[in-house]
Amino acid sequence: MATFLKILYAVAALGGLGILFGIVLGFVGKKFAVKVDERVQAVRAAVAGANCGACGYAGCDAFAEAVVKGEADPAGCTPGGSKSAKEIAAIMGVDAKDTEPMVARVRCQGTCENVSPRYDYSGIQSCRAASSMSGGPSACEFGCVGLGDCVARCPFGAISIVDGVATIDEDKCTGCGVCVETCPRGIINLLPRDQTVVVMCRNKAIGRIARLQCKTACVGCKRCEKQCPSDSIHVIDGVAIIDETTCTRCGACIQVCPMHCIINFYERGDMVNEAEA
Amino acid sequence: MSPIVKILLFMFSCVLTNNYIFSRFLGVCPFLGVSGKVETAFGMGLAVTFVMSLASLFTYFVYYYVLVQLGLEYLSTIAFILVIASLVQVVEMFLKKASPSLYGALGIYLPLITTNCAVLGVTLLNITETYNLLYSVLNGAFGALGFMLAIVLMAGVRERLESAKIPAPFKGFPISLIIAGLMSIAFMGFSNMFAGVM
Repeated sequence: MATFLKILYAVAALGGLGILFGIVLGFVGKKFAVKVDERVQAVRAAVAGANCGACGYAGCDAFAEAVVKGEADPAGCTPGGSKSAKEIAAIMGVDAKDTEPMVARVRCQGTCENVSPRYDYSGIQSCRAASSMSGGPSACEFGCVGLGDCVARCPFGAISIVDGVATIDEDKCTGCGVCVETCPRGIINLLPRDQTVVVMCRNKAIGRIARLQCKTACVGCKRCEKQCPSDSIHVIDGVAIIDETTCTRCGACIQVCPMHCIINFYERGDMVNEAEA
Repeated sequence: MSPIVKILLFMFSCVLTNNYIFSRFLGVCPFLGVSGKVETAFGMGLAVTFVMSLASLFTYFVYYYVLVQLGLEYLSTIAFILVIASLVQVVEMFLKKASPSLYGALGIYLPLITTNCAVLGVTLLNITETYNLLYSVLNGAFGALGFMLAIVLMAGVRERLESAKIPAPFKGFPISLIIAGLMSIAFMGFSNMFAGVM
């Protein structure tokens, strides 16, 4: 019984103190409440809320404050897309510009099958470190290193390494662009979501060397350039690149590419099979 | 010795002889974390002074009028943590309202005063040294001023280091730790300073 009382005393004493301090804190909290602009909270609710930093501010709270102050663009929240841009514009009483939904795409098909390693890398498991070791461990010094710097940075968990190449889950990707900055190879690009025809290579080496480096490298043969009806694909710096403002997504280039490095994203099934087909 | 002289000596000993950072090695985390700029170091010192003085006051009452009465002295640590955490909350709310810039500059280190071992150390030492109410509060307030002195001195040195030529391996934290060690040795000069008179 005595023991029980002791326990009861202890619980009551600490509980009582806790409640007392809680009440005091409640009063102080009311007294020192900071008045926040209602619009800041409304804007904060309208953004995607991932604290990804794609807007260039230190998190969603800072972005919301900057928008209300008029420093930031109401459409600055890329993950929120046009939906949150419209909401924010409505809160701020300005006209919303339609923003094109963007998505990050990895322009590389350098899977384990297509690219052979040059040496065994056993250093720090980071793309940035690996790619500074005499051009990186894989035969192609332009392609995906596959150690997942982008996987670690992606705030939405949309990236995974499949067969040695970063693969983006487009349902999860919000187009914030964090991976674009992270990739030491610069092979991840933000593209309009409906730009389904993509050149899956950034290899700038001349054709003969590119062919040795990867089975699906762009060799710069310019066949796509000649075939394109809208003159929107060009070989620049030894690698084909599509101008997404004029591209009609007709897919003529896909048909003629001898290296199968241009693909239609929505028809792509398994990456390797597509490349070998 | 008159009691006033005794109290004055006690105050000095709190700041110099028993400096919480350099003699007792408590509160080293914010000492290294927030000593980048003199201004923020000063703000941190003020916040810690406020928390430490009030914590000494409140824990005195909590200990002698609640815990001792109920025979629950063994709960002192957890009860004191409760007091300190609440006080830090109050300081945080106050700073957010009164000085948002200082609030932003202190950042994570402000809520971390809760876990600043110097604060808990003061309150527990007050009990083990059986100080009375006056001495407890003085110990808290002047112990915190000692903390402030240390952190502001450190911030001053580190601001100078910004422009100094330091060998690459010592840049940043290594040189800060060496400086902290040297300052600690310097403060050893104060030890036993008041031993003969107190």
